[in-house]
Amino acid sequence: MKSVRRLVDKVKPNFEKGGKLYFAHSFFDAFETFLFVPDKVTRQGAHIRDAIDMKRTMILVVMALFPAFLFGIWNTGYQHFISMGVAAGFWQIVGYGLLKVIPLYLVTYGVGIGIEVIIAQINKHEVNEGVFVTAFLIPLLLPADIPLWMVALATGFAVLIGKEVFGGTGMNILNPALLARAFLFFAYPAWMSGDKVWVSGLIKGDGVVDGFTGATPLAQAAAGNTSFVDGFGNHLSTLDLIVGAIPGSIGETSKIAIMLGAIILLFTGIASWRVMISMLFGGMAAGIIMNLTAVNPFMAIPFYDHLLIGSFMFGMVFMATDPVTAAQTNTGKYIYGFLIGIMVIIIRVLNPAYPEGTMLAILLMNVFAPLIDHYVVQSNINRRLKRVKKVKA
Amino acid sequence: MSQIKTRRGLNIRLQGAAICEIIMQDKSPEIFAIHPSDFQGLISKPAIQPGDKIQRGEAVCFDKNNPEIRLVSPVSGILTDIVRGEKRKILQYLITPDGTNAAVKLQAPEENCSSEDAWEFLSVSGFAPYIMQRPYGVIAIPGTISDDIFISFFDTAPLAPDYEFIFGESGATILKGFKLLSKITRGKIHAAFKQGSRLAEEFKSLSFIELHYVSGPHPAGNTGTVINKVRPINKGDLIFTIQPSDVYALGKTIETGEYYSQRIIALTGSEAQRPAYYSTIQGASLKNILSNNVASENVRVISGNVLTGSICGETPFLSMTHSQVTVIPEGKKFEMLGWIMPGFSKFSNSRTYFSWLFTKKQYRIDTNLKGGVRNYVMTGEYEKVCPLDIYPQHLIKSIIVKDIDKMEQLGIYEVIEEDLALCEFVCTSKTEVQAILREGLDMMRKEMN
Repeated sequence: MKSVRRLVDKVKPNFEKGGKLYFAHSFFDAFETFLFVPDKVTRQGAHIRDAIDMKRTMILVVMALFPAFLFGIWNTGYQHFISMGVAAGFWQIVGYGLLKVIPLYLVTYGVGIGIEVIIAQINKHEVNEGVFVTAFLIPLLLPADIPLWMVALATGFAVLIGKEVFGGTGMNILNPALLARAFLFFAYPAWMSGDKVWVSGLIKGDGVVDGFTGATPLAQAAAGNTSFVDGFGNHLSTLDLIVGAIPGSIGETSKIAIMLGAIILLFTGIASWRVMISMLFGGMAAGIIMNLTAVNPFMAIPFYDHLLIGSFMFGMVFMATDPVTAAQTNTGKYIYGFLIGIMVIIIRVLNPAYPEGTMLAILLMNVFAPLIDHYVVQSNINRRLKRVKKVKA
Repeated sequence: MSQIKTRRGLNIRLQGAAICEIIMQDKSPEIFAIHPSDFQGLISKPAIQPGDKIQRGEAVCFDKNNPEIRLVSPVSGILTDIVRGEKRKILQYLITPDGTNAAVKLQAPEENCSSEDAWEFLSVSGFAPYIMQRPYGVIAIPGTISDDIFISFFDTAPLAPDYEFIFGESGATILKGFKLLSKITRGKIHAAFKQGSRLAEEFKSLSFIELHYVSGPHPAGNTGTVINKVRPINKGDLIFTIQPSDVYALGKTIETGEYYSQRIIALTGSEAQRPAYYSTIQGASLKNILSNNVASENVRVISGNVLTGSICGETPFLSMTHSQVTVIPEGKKFEMLGWIMPGFSKFSNSRTYFSWLFTKKQYRIDTNLKGGVRNYVMTGEYEKVCPLDIYPQHLIKSIIVKDIDKMEQLGIYEVIEEDLALCEFVCTSKTEVQAILREGLDMMRKEMN
């Protein structure tokens, strides 16, 4: 450890003001603070501080995403080989998955961190850790076969337009990862929807077994089926939906992996349980209302199945709980989560144009979160004003 | 009488609590210092010049705007120096004691004196600067009458002194102070104690004193919390607060007719070798108390507690207003990959480190900032440690954007720095909450006057 520190100290002057590598000081700072917690001490206010910081927070979110990430790699390979009718071994499956998923990560991290470092350099502030989470999330929201240049474009758009123009992490209105997905969804719908994109290799079509379809349970539901089947028409049980060896976005399919992440986020207190619980209830409430008023098969899908198909769970655990774009007051969080839950089902079931509602519901409520907070805070203000009036009277 | 129970808050489990015993009396500190910065709102003008002799109870300086606010010397001796900083701002008045202990004689007012007489005595005796007002958390203006006076005998801050121990037998003296203070309020004296306080017994069945029994994690015992639960401050209200040690000193001054400057202080913190109670004098050098009493080289001596205290320089002095000294390790060191380590020995209010496994463990926390300053990302952190009916994060944001109306609406009148000190402690983004709040309070005060 000491030798690493000595090395860092030795090269550090080059990156300080006047040094010949000053142009890259943001990058160096990011790297140094990655290796070492800085030696900065408190100068004013509280003399001691809580051990938590942004790096710890963000790394825990990434850790929480890891189960979904690992399962996603496996499932990408698994779905591919099923569609080919090949009985592949575990490592063959993982190998294929890695080959598909890792390039996506190289692109999101390369573009995301690249932009972040350049902006930090221009604005003379430290590199924000939020981009590590954003770049980790984006591939999990995408189909495995999406062309890399599209991913690069979407990541750039999300980080630059979605976040940096507002002032960087903490200032953005919309969740950047979801924004990247929405960008792709509207710009390149052919790669983001339909029955062919969710299983790797299906678009190319080489060697696919005859009669195999890559329709996700959600797509099947939208088509009017209340009982879900896999690519060969075999019935998918509720357990199958929970385990998640089904077609879909890379990270969204396994509810078990997502729940592991939820446990980490809730236990450490990083994600708000208020948002998660209220979104769950919102989704169930809307689902039950749909069931009771069903006039078509999609509306008749049992409300609990709505929670297991599409990206409801993934959105609930990782996207709706983003503290920057969610409501900030405790009361606001209940309202915010509940409305997302309702909107997901409404958009999903009642809007024929969009197969899935999670992304749009969360983005929509991102926009409304400040309004919700406004009214919650206003009630506190009104209470204060009323008090004055009472005393004066 | 009321019971105040709060749930939201945090007790930072620090090592080095003082044992309940006075283990040393420092009778002859070598030098004394008065820091005008310890008195929020005071712009000090010297009353005497370097080289002048001064007696205990004689004015060292007064406030530029309100000359009745006089800060008096805790000892008799010679004013050796006035240390100035940038723009000739006075940082320190240094007094070398002459050992005579001579004091100015004071005439305490009658028991049924008028408010003018009471203020006159508080001003002459030098107690005026110890009476703080809310809103704004600044020294009260002599002559003003407050709506109520609040005093908390239950300090819940980390490692705070136990006033039950210090003043357990001093109820009669404190009552003298209370009686005088009751003349400068049209309401009552609200005194807060911990549950089951023995000291509180002395003040029962007195019509001008209202007792409150407090329980809960810090900041339950802060006057700000008590005020918020008993009668939240509205626009136009005026509340005085005073610290227990100063009420006792006031009572003692009334008793003896001489300015009382003795203090019993708690020496605390992980680096204090004999954390216990010590008897010394306001503003005294801590040299005698700290010699052979500090565990390691690289430490920070804080006059006050770790959340709101002030950093002592090369020669540590006890602040005129504090009853506690805390010694903790300096944290000027790098820690490799600290953000990913399990962190069994890192204290956090979140459960992001494995230290949550140990619910009783006491920690040795250094002064490292433990991360970089960022924009606000996390929400709901402040609310967890703030029992007041306000939205701290929204209030701080309104100050950052200098929105005076919003500050007022969000309840800036109800808080001072110590009330939001825990918010600063837990902040993931390492926001300087106390400094921002002070900026807001100053802005507000300027706007209103």
